[in-house]
Amino acid sequence: MGDNIMAYNGGSVIAMAGKNCVAIASDLRYGIQNHTVGFDFPKVQRVNEHTFVGLPGLLTDTQTFHEKLNYRMKMYSLRENREMKPQVVAHMCESLLYERRFGPYFVEPVIAGLENGTTPYLCAMDLIGATLKTQDFVLAGTSSQAMFGLAETLWKPDLDADHLFEVISQVMLNAVDRDALAGWGCRVWVMTPEKVTVRDLKARQD
Amino acid sequence: MADSRYSFSLTTFSPSGKLVQIEYALNAVAQGATSLGIKALDGVVIATEKKLPPLMDETSVQKIAPVTDRIGMVYSGMGPDFRVLLRKARKKAEQYHRFFKDPIPVTILVQEVANIMQEYTQSGGVRPFGVSLMVCGWDDKGPQLYQVDPSGAYFAWKASALGKGMIQAKSFLEKRYNEEMKIEDAIHCALLTLKEGFDGQLSSSNIEVAVVREDKVFTLLSPAQIKEYLDELE
Repeated sequence: MGDNIMAYNGGSVIAMAGKNCVAIASDLRYGIQNHTVGFDFPKVQRVNEHTFVGLPGLLTDTQTFHEKLNYRMKMYSLRENREMKPQVVAHMCESLLYERRFGPYFVEPVIAGLENGTTPYLCAMDLIGATLKTQDFVLAGTSSQAMFGLAETLWKPDLDADHLFEVISQVMLNAVDRDALAGWGCRVWVMTPEKVTVRDLKARQD
Repeated sequence: MADSRYSFSLTTFSPSGKLVQIEYALNAVAQGATSLGIKALDGVVIATEKKLPPLMDETSVQKIAPVTDRIGMVYSGMGPDFRVLLRKARKKAEQYHRFFKDPIPVTILVQEVANIMQEYTQSGGVRPFGVSLMVCGWDDKGPQLYQVDPSGAYFAWKASALGKGMIQAKSFLEKRYNEEMKIEDAIHCALLTLKEGFDGQLSSSNIEVAVVREDKVFTLLSPAQIKEYLDELE
């Protein structure tokens, strides 16, 4: 698995908040060290009406953790007859990750959603569930250093859905283009109180 | 809990299809002090008689207890069994909060407690709990009131009563209750209902009352507050 298990498959995810909207983007590469095996493997899933969860890291754990989350969320909505709020999704991830404190899932969740369908919620955590909540952007993955620089420069508060899409796309594209282990296209989701749009970005296919 | 010699359940079906142990548990409840609950538009109130021997220190007895900061419960039946269930209910609520960092909804808490009570009707070497619980609280769906029986069955009520005076109390409530009630009317009605079946004079030291209002905080009324309400009754 190499010296850096989080870089074995590669991949990056970023989420940003705008005015009553959130956007989340993921690269599409599925690679095994320096060998690219697929280019339609998004690391982000829309887990319910108002929440996205992105899981960059070791892709086997990405898949398994997504499955675990789906299981928990379906049981919750059956038992409680209501949708799980984004904040509660985040806290559940935290608890699930810490349960494996000494043999963790190698994923770094990025969670984006709209509380009450209107207020942006962003959260990121490390592989053992230490959370960070912010109002601007959260990100994780092999392109994180480049993404941080671009996001800090390009993000502004209260962007509308279209501008937010432009900003997050530029950050994502330029960051993963410089990263050998992430890229091969990007998928961007934008969620507003009315709808969710999904768009694919054309990126360097290397 | 169960020793291997007791790996069979003591609660078994009679030929008529009844679980006699549960019937007997309900009898134990029916002998207990009357307790009741009323749900209003903007809150829920629960109350109980607390008739103690004259020399007993009534401040040491607490029949109504909080489970979380927004859910509380009262019982009719065996006090010690209530204490066990209360502890388990508090633990379940706290475990939920620990996992989700979200307060447990009343319905879910009721289901968990009911599940525990049902387990004791189907496990080896144990007997059912000799209490019926009246659980009240405020969650996303608003004010809620539930009854949980020794069998594990639970019912959502607008208003109901348990214990010795329950039949009388329930028919009194049926006449008095209306859907448009506000919490202050409900508290008033609760005290009147207790008064109906009470042997003697109601006072702030022989009843307990608790309320959840729009502030979503489960609060036990102090003896001074109870006295104020009782004075209004006159």
